[in-house]
Amino acid sequence: MKKLLLLILVVLCLSTANVFGESGTTQSQQTAIATPAALKVDTGDTAWVLISSALVMLMTPGLAFFYGGLVRRKNILGILMQCFIILAALSLQWVLFGYSLSFSPGNGFIGSLKWFGLRGVGLEPYPDYSATIPHQAFMIFQAMFAVITPALIIGAFAERMKFSAFLIFTLLWATFVYDPIAHMVWGVGGWLRNLGVLDFAGGTAVHINAGIAALVTAIIVGKRKCYDKHPTPPHNLPFSVLGAALLWFGWFGFNAGSALGANGLATNAFVVTNTAAAAAALSWAFLDWRFNGNPTMLGTISGAVAGLVAITPAAGFVGIGAAIMIGLLVSVFCFVAVGFVKRRFGYDDSLDAFGIHGIGGIWGALATGLFATKAINPAGADGLLLGNPRQFLIQLAAVIVTIVYALVITFIIYKLVDVVIGVRVVEEEEAMGLDLTQHNERAYTMLE
Amino acid sequence: MKLIIAIIQPHRLEQVKEKLYDAEVNLITVSEVLGHGRQKGVTEIYRGFKETGNLLRKIRLEIAVNDNFVEPTIRAITEGARTGQIGDGKIFVLDLPECIRIRTGESGGEAIG
Repeated sequence: MKKLLLLILVVLCLSTANVFGESGTTQSQQTAIATPAALKVDTGDTAWVLISSALVMLMTPGLAFFYGGLVRRKNILGILMQCFIILAALSLQWVLFGYSLSFSPGNGFIGSLKWFGLRGVGLEPYPDYSATIPHQAFMIFQAMFAVITPALIIGAFAERMKFSAFLIFTLLWATFVYDPIAHMVWGVGGWLRNLGVLDFAGGTAVHINAGIAALVTAIIVGKRKCYDKHPTPPHNLPFSVLGAALLWFGWFGFNAGSALGANGLATNAFVVTNTAAAAAALSWAFLDWRFNGNPTMLGTISGAVAGLVAITPAAGFVGIGAAIMIGLLVSVFCFVAVGFVKRRFGYDDSLDAFGIHGIGGIWGALATGLFATKAINPAGADGLLLGNPRQFLIQLAAVIVTIVYALVITFIIYKLVDVVIGVRVVEEEEAMGLDLTQHNERAYTMLE
Repeated sequence: MKLIIAIIQPHRLEQVKEKLYDAEVNLITVSEVLGHGRQKGVTEIYRGFKETGNLLRKIRLEIAVNDNFVEPTIRAITEGARTGQIGDGKIFVLDLPECIRIRTGESGGEAIG
């Protein structure tokens, strides 16, 4: 195992050294032949996309605290570590080959390795994605999406997965599930993109994708040992509130940054994002109040996150009224999924990665097909409510394709990792907690 | 009446509780404590994180029982907590002169159950 990892590392080092050596010359050649008039970098747009990239980066540690507060205190470092190592590992995967597989010209299904090691991805704009910002700015913005997507899944198998298995699973999943779906939806030549799917900031590629992977892994990894006996209350709800607040903050980069410019569309995305999150937080709080007796802190932050998920694909295509509807309703759907469906079918989606991101993502993608309007974004389309049922059907098709693809490939990857090294920790390790057994650390001491 | 105090491994608490419920011992006080045994915590390091000095985290159970429940309680704790490895813990049995239920003022054996 260790030898294998070492070998991979050496190969990567050699190949990157080679690539970076070449990319210098490629870039200078490009600069020489570039036509300055067509490829003018806009400073405002570039500043906004770089800041947005930083905002989205902060979402992954934010998610770590959101999830970390919800687990038992013997597992919080396990969660923080998984999120942090994803930030590190996926950042490398992305610049080496992930970005190329997702966004370089390829077929309808996946990109090529043409941009391996960012060869040819320079500091000039690449007009197919954005004509006003450096290509690498677009690349690093997308990198943060590639980082947070697999991090969303860990909520499903929290408190019971081996760290080694998690690491291999995540790298394979990012490469064989996220990268192809991102290409299909956003990449030049991607067949869902060509079909006319509206996905402003990642409802299908990020949230449905991760949500379905969460459901699959939660079911096949099995329940936590204590799941049927007693509930496991969050060990530090204030952490979760902090995490949710950081997610809300970072989501402005996620959605408004997806306009890829400092412009009116970005402002629209910013405003509807805030509105939907607010509506969904209120909605969930009142549902809690009505059906569980009290408005809870956990319910309110769950609602806010669900609202942010749901508005993601719609942010650049809908206005305020639609944002309020999307927010109010997403909490209803997720509330039912988390409170009743999960209990009914008895799967242990520990931190509701499917219940919030899967369900919220599906609703958001379909709602885009309902509420979209060209009045907000002339480059978009009208939705069902404006007399264009075709758009709704396209959205539905994209949802189904994403679900089926994520379901099948996630299942295969999981089984593969399980056969090779085993995914789940043994019972004693689960009882002792992942902090101690996987990392030999503890989050909290008792004396001093 | 006896007061049974047991020091066990934290990760065995679930099993011990189950065994106690099976033996119909339902009254239990649990606290988290630090300590070490003869090995001063040194040989146990592979399964417990060292706190200040060589102190290891343990769970302390306190169970007050009538005399006829002493044996079943000890058996339940032993079965639930035993892994066969160093650090499984100890059980102490103390005489308990009196017991009073605050709500009703009852005392003695009937106040325990």
